[in-house]
Amino acid sequence: MDSVIDVLSWIFLSGGAAFLLIGAIGALRFPDFYTRLHAVSVCDTLGAGLVLVGLMLQGGLSLVTVKLLLMFYFLMFTGPTAVHALAQAAWQAKQQALVDDHGP
Amino acid sequence: MQYLIDIILLALLMTTGFAIVHMKSLLAVAMLTSIYSLLSAALFVVLDAVDVALTEAAIGAGISTILMLATVALTTDREKEPRHTPLLPLLVVIATGAALIYGTVDMPHYGDPSSPVHQHVASTYLQDAPAETGVPNVVTSVLASYRGYDTLGEVTVIFTAGIGVMALLGYRIHRRKMVREEMRHLIVLRVIAKLFFPLILLFALYVQFHGDYGPGGGFQAGVIFATGFILYALAFGLGNAQRVITHRLLQIMMAVGVLIFAGVGIESMLLGGHFLEYRVLAGDPVAGQHLGILLIELGVGITVAAVMLIIYYGFVSRRD
Amino acid sequence: MFITVSLVILVAIALGLVRAFRGPTLYDRVMAANMIGTLTVLMVAVLGFMTGRPEFLDIALVYVLISFVSTIAVLRVYTTRRAKKPPPVTGTGKR
Repeated sequence: MDSVIDVLSWIFLSGGAAFLLIGAIGALRFPDFYTRLHAVSVCDTLGAGLVLVGLMLQGGLSLVTVKLLLMFYFLMFTGPTAVHALAQAAWQAKQQALVDDHGP
Repeated sequence: MQYLIDIILLALLMTTGFAIVHMKSLLAVAMLTSIYSLLSAALFVVLDAVDVALTEAAIGAGISTILMLATVALTTDREKEPRHTPLLPLLVVIATGAALIYGTVDMPHYGDPSSPVHQHVASTYLQDAPAETGVPNVVTSVLASYRGYDTLGEVTVIFTAGIGVMALLGYRIHRRKMVREEMRHLIVLRVIAKLFFPLILLFALYVQFHGDYGPGGGFQAGVIFATGFILYALAFGLGNAQRVITHRLLQIMMAVGVLIFAGVGIESMLLGGHFLEYRVLAGDPVAGQHLGILLIELGVGITVAAVMLIIYYGFVSRRD
Repeated sequence: MFITVSLVILVAIALGLVRAFRGPTLYDRVMAANMIGTLTVLMVAVLGFMTGRPEFLDIALVYVLISFVSTIAVLRVYTTRRAKKPPPVTGTGKR
């Protein structure tokens, strides 16, 4: 039972880390600000959620898990809000988006 | 393998430092400074210095960045060209740096338990502090009890900084209510701010009173408390925030914090001990120490929160 | 192993730093700072588990809140200033 929880948490942790890395690569390689923002926000939030779930499985039933749950709640709320504010501020400052005009 | 994390973090810090020097746009420099603070806070965590990491995160990544950006928004964005060639300063810096590096060759190895810094006072603190003060966190007991006089000086410096900002910048009361378009734009932020504002304040109280057992204490708690009110000001407008926490209240709070701290010192003198000798504050010396530490951390927290908010009001109320 | 996860997070931080150095507009840099903030939070939490010290979670909680407020503050302070004068068009976004 113990090793099952270990393997499960290891899967969550490595999945989360992989998504964080993919998000960072996306932030580097996408051509436009809005696409970069989309890559970072989605992958970061998902990766953070997976990493925190993996750590919660490691922690078992204790105060540590409660704190991790609190951090999960905070990240899920503040991550998308910050990105929304960023996109709105950039749009209002007339930051242009890369639009593909290949016909109708 | 642990050292690899140290080396990578230090390398990232160095490249950020070089980039800060190289960039000409001050907005970019402000954001890079925030990243620098985050990275150095991570480095402090790796070095196992949790109180310092908490303070660096709360102040460097939060308040410092906001104030620097407010300053850049008030003034100009471009760095002025220097009027002299940097050759002589470069030589001076290289000479000083070489002398310092030469000096570190003589120092004991990092983490060596037989080095002088670990022998005399530090080991006494580590052995006696939990028993003498009743507080498990040695950093808090050193800061508040063994070196309490220094902490009084620090709080007075913060108080003086608040007075200085008030004297230089003044403040303006914002009477204008937010117009409907602005409110519609900010609706997501307002809902989230309503959710998080009480949580941030509650967390500030937790950090304040949990400073005895884990990382925390007055300074960090004051900064987090001020950050909660800054969030409120961002979401609902500075005018509303100035109605919730008026400038008069902040001035009173600023002074009350220092008064509590110095008052504890004078109270212990009135009870027969020396200045800031907490032992005489209660019947049992350990309980007296605990009470003294609690009271002065409270004073520190109140002053730091008030000064941070006064500085924020001073900077941001000048914009309109 | 926790060390692998923290090394991967460090690599992601390095990539975010490259974006912070290069990003042509301010908003790229704010995005990079927010990303590095979240990654630092996760690295601190993983490090806390690695060294067996649960106090690090307090630090991580504080970072989450502070970096959120800092990002919002940067945007609000800067954009309300830009609303006063008409902003220049900062490029079409094409490379």
